[in-house]
Amino acid sequence: MGDCHGCGSSCVPPKQAAMHKLVAIIGPPNSGKSTLFNRLTGLRQKVANFPGVTVEHHTGKADLPGGHDVELVDLPGVYSLHARSEDERVSHDVLHGKMPGLKRPDGVILILDATNLSRHLPLAASVLSLRIPTLVVLNMADDMRQRGGAVDTGALADELGAPVVLASATTGEGVDEVARFLSGGIGVPKPVELPVLQDVPACRQWAREVSREAGYTHPAPPVWTRRLDAVFLHAVWGPLSFVLVVGAVFQTIFTGARPLMGGVEWAVGAAGGLMRAVLPEGVLRSLLVDGVWSGVGAVLVFMPQILLLFLFITVLEDSGYLARAALIADRTMARVGLQGKSFIPLLSAYACAVPAIMATRTIENKRDRIATILIAPFMTCSARLPVYTLIIAAFIPDRQFIGPFVHTRAAALMGLYVLGFAAAVLTARVLKSSILKSERTPFVLEMPPYRVPSWRTVGLRLYDRAMAFLKRAGTVILGVSVVLWALASIPLVDGKAPPIEQSLAGTLGRAIEPLIKPLGFNWKIGIGLVTSLAAREVIVGTLGTIYGMEPDKDSAGLQAALQKDLTFGGAVALLVFFAFAMQCMSTLAVVRRETGGWKWPAVQFAYMGALAWLCALAAYKVFS
Amino acid sequence: MQLSFKNGARANGPASLADLGENEEGTLERIDLPADFAHRLMELGFVPGHAITVAHSAPGGDPRVFRVDGSEIALRRETARHILLRKQ
Repeated sequence: MGDCHGCGSSCVPPKQAAMHKLVAIIGPPNSGKSTLFNRLTGLRQKVANFPGVTVEHHTGKADLPGGHDVELVDLPGVYSLHARSEDERVSHDVLHGKMPGLKRPDGVILILDATNLSRHLPLAASVLSLRIPTLVVLNMADDMRQRGGAVDTGALADELGAPVVLASATTGEGVDEVARFLSGGIGVPKPVELPVLQDVPACRQWAREVSREAGYTHPAPPVWTRRLDAVFLHAVWGPLSFVLVVGAVFQTIFTGARPLMGGVEWAVGAAGGLMRAVLPEGVLRSLLVDGVWSGVGAVLVFMPQILLLFLFITVLEDSGYLARAALIADRTMARVGLQGKSFIPLLSAYACAVPAIMATRTIENKRDRIATILIAPFMTCSARLPVYTLIIAAFIPDRQFIGPFVHTRAAALMGLYVLGFAAAVLTARVLKSSILKSERTPFVLEMPPYRVPSWRTVGLRLYDRAMAFLKRAGTVILGVSVVLWALASIPLVDGKAPPIEQSLAGTLGRAIEPLIKPLGFNWKIGIGLVTSLAAREVIVGTLGTIYGMEPDKDSAGLQAALQKDLTFGGAVALLVFFAFAMQCMSTLAVVRRETGGWKWPAVQFAYMGALAWLCALAAYKVFS
Repeated sequence: MQLSFKNGARANGPASLADLGENEEGTLERIDLPADFAHRLMELGFVPGHAITVAHSAPGGDPRVFRVDGSEIALRRETARHILLRKQ
């Protein structure tokens, strides 16, 4: 590497401004790759201050000044290019042009953590030796300077034979430079020989020399991270603050979302009233107002709550707190026979089981991976939230429970989350001591420094969730509402819709009534259980449609209608049923894809359904 | 009993990362683990000759966070036991 000192990058004229068509973004975990990717593309993508979250590669188009169009691909965070885990294989394959459907990148943006340069230089050596035009971005430059670190980018560029820029994806520093590279405005110097060694100690030695040549001053340790860890990992304060954080989240989901939900409810009601007034009486009005709008509107009301949940999840992830939570939880995970790595997908399953199951690809051990896939849908996903809050608000009076802070309703919701977690843990225990037995795999987790979450990232993520939610309301829930409306409207009696009991939907509900009667559910709930096989929150829309089509629909909304149809015991049974049952087609589809067959999704569906039925029965017997 | 055993270990210096107390430092000698996993640890900074400091532990003492090469990595005790330290 030292043989190029006579002719550094400065004496090589910039190449003809080459247009990059496909540019790969690569870097170690926690280097802020995804934040930069979001900056450049505006494409919504999950960013987390947590190793192992980005498993699939994400692509997006960068909007560049001058009308250049560059496609970016965000690769999983890796420490090296040795293809050992799935993550590394993806990065390796893309950079070597071996990824099916993706050509070899024309350029690479290599993102390194400026606060810990020497550690990540070996990755730079292996990426640069691929001889793809590469821009080295030293991210988190603001953090490095704040902690007294420094680096001479010119000297580093000479050492590496590649342009180097300091950047901060959070503040936006250096983003212009990256855009300039993408539009071909930064010349790529003559490449230098770099060591790609299997021998890690030798590679490290080289990295240390390069850092020294580049005048790198290692920043002081992050004082605040140490202070916060002294609290969050404290033997007493650690678990206590964990419980407090979780309690606050649930309480806010209930009380904080109230005014917003009231607003949405009012808007939904007003829009329904307007449609009723504008449209002439007839089939179309019945379809739109009683069928579609009652179904879709009933679900829309829960959007503020879901967004609030995602706000908390994103902030906890991006701040670095989740890594500490994983550390605290590791002992529990070890006891049920799972490794700490399983904890990451399980945490994201609180949002949705589908990305969680895809995130299990980071788990190298096949049996551990299957076990994690099988238990992930027990974690309380956000689709359960509308069902839970609707039933809880209808059946559980709002009283103080633990002090003035946590009320009964929030406590009930928390209880359901614990119930799902307990089912997951017990199932894991059973699986890992029987059919999926394997040796314990080691737990290695990097603790990223605490960071103030980037509000831009949080905003993008919430926007993304809101769009996904609306899309579901506009497709699955709308479709089910239309079908249900049709089923509830035939056979026609005297040219009019029949009483709902005598309609096709009512017949269907009655047909399965014997199966669910022991659980305290009637045929109306039965229809909801059938439609919710598509997705859990569909039951809310279904009940909205069913009650919307009843003649005495002036009753005070869904809650009041539900109170007529369910006893307290039946309500608890319904909650328990939703906690355990596998009512999600997307999850079954992704399990089939990830496990390569119908065997595991079938096992999962049967097991979860049987557990749901038995536990709901027990709950009904106990609470009646 | 426990104490005297601990003192015994101290006499020869700590044998592995698991023997270090909070804020204590040791120099890595070798990693006594399967090659693939040892390689992964080395990429994270667990390189022979490097200094490693014990930072915080999870409540209950396991896993522990180790400060190595400018970053903090959490390992379980069962892993730390196989990361051997240089005799002082």
